[in-house]
Amino acid sequence: MHEWALAEAVVETIKKIMLDKKVKAVKRVEIRVGELQNIDLKVFEFALSELLKGASLVNVQIEFRKGKATFKCRRCQHEWKLRDIELREEELEAVHFMPELIHAFMSCPKCGSCDFDIVEGRGVWIERIEGI
Amino acid sequence: MRELREFEKTIDPRLALLDKRMKNIRRVIAVASGKGGVGKTLISSTLALVLAEEGCDVGLLDLDFHGPSCHIVLGLSKPIVIEDKGVLPINVHGLKFMSLYNFAGDSGLPLRGEDLSNLMVELFAITLWGHLDYLIIDMPPGTGDELLDLMRLIPKVHVLVVTTPSVLSLMTVKRLIYLLKNQRANVLGIVENMSFDNDIVMRLARDLGITYLGKIPYDKGVEKCLGRPNVLLKTKFAMYIRKLTESIGNLKIERDG
Repeated sequence: MHEWALAEAVVETIKKIMLDKKVKAVKRVEIRVGELQNIDLKVFEFALSELLKGASLVNVQIEFRKGKATFKCRRCQHEWKLRDIELREEELEAVHFMPELIHAFMSCPKCGSCDFDIVEGRGVWIERIEGI
Repeated sequence: MRELREFEKTIDPRLALLDKRMKNIRRVIAVASGKGGVGKTLISSTLALVLAEEGCDVGLLDLDFHGPSCHIVLGLSKPIVIEDKGVLPINVHGLKFMSLYNFAGDSGLPLRGEDLSNLMVELFAITLWGHLDYLIIDMPPGTGDELLDLMRLIPKVHVLVVTTPSVLSLMTVKRLIYLLKNQRANVLGIVENMSFDNDIVMRLARDLGITYLGKIPYDKGVEKCLGRPNVLLKTKFAMYIRKLTESIGNLKIERDG
């Protein structure tokens, strides 16, 4: 259900941009959803539509793009993807709330170092907003 | 139709939510220091407990991501996450508590700059505090990412500086105060913890032009009270924290009704 907070963030951003740029109506929003946060797209979409309605924003087309999570080791430069490792259920749950907590549960599959970067695919970002 | 995005990068939607999340919080007080080991966690946790005991709505947020420990003072024994349309802080001894401990327990957390910033934004964006008279924040020591991000993201924060009378702590406090002034942060004043019989901190506060909020002598009984807030509130240490809340006069909140 914390998808609601992320949807709220998207709607607040749309409202703020409409105000800042004196936009009458937002028509299309492109959202990139990072794999690492593992959000429930159905809940997220429902929350977005409810919150948009609540803000009197109608006929907004929302498009999602999924982003694969990739990581790079700072010790040995090895790069890997989320599917290359296995996490326990409670670890996945923690990462769902705070993607950076992956640092507590994962190490480089090649050298074992826990000093790595999340290169992409952490959470929710707005890629593009169109309006009139 | 025109594209409204005029940014080099994509937009982080969470940032638009921070003001809304802070709107119903009347006072945000961050407990900071130049060096570690000066008593920030005990002061912030006890301050939160004392204010809650006085009947205020209080939140306690542990932003010491590399070494969270407020949960030890409060006596939490396992991580708990309560989800709503966001994440709810957990109710402990009359206050609302949020920490990375709630999510990841005592797992080690090696984090660098951008990850620290992302974690802080996420925590502020998804935590549903509701109405609070005070949000007390336990900071990590020093002038790193967490303090810089806090001042950037939550401009209404007031900083309570903690030091001991040791020269080692005093020298770093000067650096901290310099940074706070440079960032035009609201500095509430300086608290002298584990005090000796001298006035070195008082003189330092005068020289730096900040309020001296009082001293707290070393109380060796406090260690035995960790994890037992009820007992902690009966210590001399807690008595000094009550005095401290009186000296934070300009931040005192008139209770509604």
